[in-house]
Amino acid sequence: METLEMTQEEQFQARIDADVRIEPKDWMPDAYRKTLIRQISQHAHSELVGMLPEGNWITRAPSLKRKSILLSKVQDEAGHGLYLYSAAETLGTTRDQMLADLHSGKAKYSSIFNYPTLSWADMGCVGWLVDGAAILNQVPLCRTSYGPYARAMVRVCKEESFHQRQGFEIMQTLCEGAPEQKAMAQEALNRWWWPTLMMFGPKDEDSPNTAQSMNWRIKRFTNDELRQKFVDMMVPQAEFLGLTVPDTQVKWNEARQAYDFGEVNWDEFWAVVKGNGMCNRDRLGARVKAHEEGAWVREAAMAHAAKRAARQVVAA
Amino acid sequence: MEDAMQFAPSENPALATYSPEVRQQLFRFVLQLADTSLILGHRLSEWCGHGPILEQDLAMANIALDLLGETRSLYQYAAELEGQGRTEDDLAYLRSATEYRNPLLVEQPNGDFADTVVRQFLFDNFHYHFLKQLVNNADERLAAIAEKSLKEATYHLKWSSEWVIRLGDGTEESHRRVEKSIAELWRFSGELTIPTALEKELQTIGLIPEYADIQASMTAHAERVMEEASLVIPQQVFMLTGGKDGRHTEHLGYILTELQYMQRTYPGMTW
Repeated sequence: METLEMTQEEQFQARIDADVRIEPKDWMPDAYRKTLIRQISQHAHSELVGMLPEGNWITRAPSLKRKSILLSKVQDEAGHGLYLYSAAETLGTTRDQMLADLHSGKAKYSSIFNYPTLSWADMGCVGWLVDGAAILNQVPLCRTSYGPYARAMVRVCKEESFHQRQGFEIMQTLCEGAPEQKAMAQEALNRWWWPTLMMFGPKDEDSPNTAQSMNWRIKRFTNDELRQKFVDMMVPQAEFLGLTVPDTQVKWNEARQAYDFGEVNWDEFWAVVKGNGMCNRDRLGARVKAHEEGAWVREAAMAHAAKRAARQVVAA
Repeated sequence: MEDAMQFAPSENPALATYSPEVRQQLFRFVLQLADTSLILGHRLSEWCGHGPILEQDLAMANIALDLLGETRSLYQYAAELEGQGRTEDDLAYLRSATEYRNPLLVEQPNGDFADTVVRQFLFDNFHYHFLKQLVNNADERLAAIAEKSLKEATYHLKWSSEWVIRLGDGTEESHRRVEKSIAELWRFSGELTIPTALEKELQTIGLIPEYADIQASMTAHAERVMEEASLVIPQQVFMLTGGKDGRHTEHLGYILTELQYMQRTYPGMTW
């Protein structure tokens, strides 16, 4: 039989190529495992840190209905964090280890959350643009080669599409409202547009991991392909809202059947990735503080569980 | 995403039978309940993203959301009782601190996790037993709101009771912290069941439950939980009151400053 002559690695690649899902107990190359742990934990951390910029507006939401929707959305993000940490744990890491890596700065999270949320319209932009970009990144992951990750993403994507709609609806309400509200919407779009384009990562030529991730079908589209899709999707939506995308080079290209657009400020991108964004220290600081101040609570829960188990043994 | 329960105004036949005076009293009482859930929900939502562990972040957001749902149903009903065309948002966002009628307990700061757990436990113990009576209320609308909230409050009380036990029984540090929270917050628990003049009037005409009837169940539950937690119920505590009559601690002003920021800055807009 031919397969007997294939190496483990070749067999693995053959399964990937045949779109057979890889499951936790299957053999996999170390590099595949490492790449996935890095990517899934980064994704989980993004959900966790992503709670902060929106959590920032829960107490100030302008109506009870908006407050309720926002709180529920941020709660969904905590839930996504939980599924994703669990998915990563199937690869042999632990949540404690992943959190330690986040807190030490070794593991990354999406840079978009290092931008501040300054007005209520930012809740609209985060939903409409940031979640919109996240969906483009994430929908293909529902077909990613690693089973637990793909299944977690199916659930995440369902909720994300609701989040995106609510963000668009906030923007629409602002744009149909008073002049101050529309100005608030435009001002927020001006601040969020470029950072969301950065969410797709560096240009393909500067993204050394892309080829291997595409080959392993962890990734299904390149960064630049997704960025183009995003622009093509969002420019008409901005026009519908009566808002102007802050890029003078945005122009429909009939030949390409796509929008041309300007160059992302890559210096800013790398500065924020390296920790020099407006909120990097605050975001990570808030997470470290919550974790450290929660240590005694986690210890108490463990101690109580152990005592209880011991009492049950004695009683039995 | 689920909106708070919506009722058609015609759904409550009792409304037409209330005298203007009773209707006004009921309005003030429903407002008090709504303020209570709103302020406690606000405090809990401040934890969002900062909890001691992700699962508890979720649990607190969940309780906050339940309380917010209850708040909306209550404000909507209050607005109908008042009949002046005010909306749930007008009632939540456009009243001053001294017009708020929540008990002092719920406006107390989150403090550490033990403070939050004890505040929640004291409130849930009242809320659950109060709602259990309220589901049989003569006012059908209040009874219906209570029925939905009771399911949620049952879970809330379970959550906060389990945490009091965990913290009391857990480690030396958690025991010391929860003991301190109890010493700090117990003095706000009495107000929950000490009736105000308004509550006495409504109790006299049978429109709200007698607090004396629920006190025994509340005490029994507190004793059971505190014993399992190896904690002692403070005795001879001077109980602070005033919130239900609009005399608050200084904390409420800051809560409202945040809560009302948008509505006060941009009056009369749709969000």
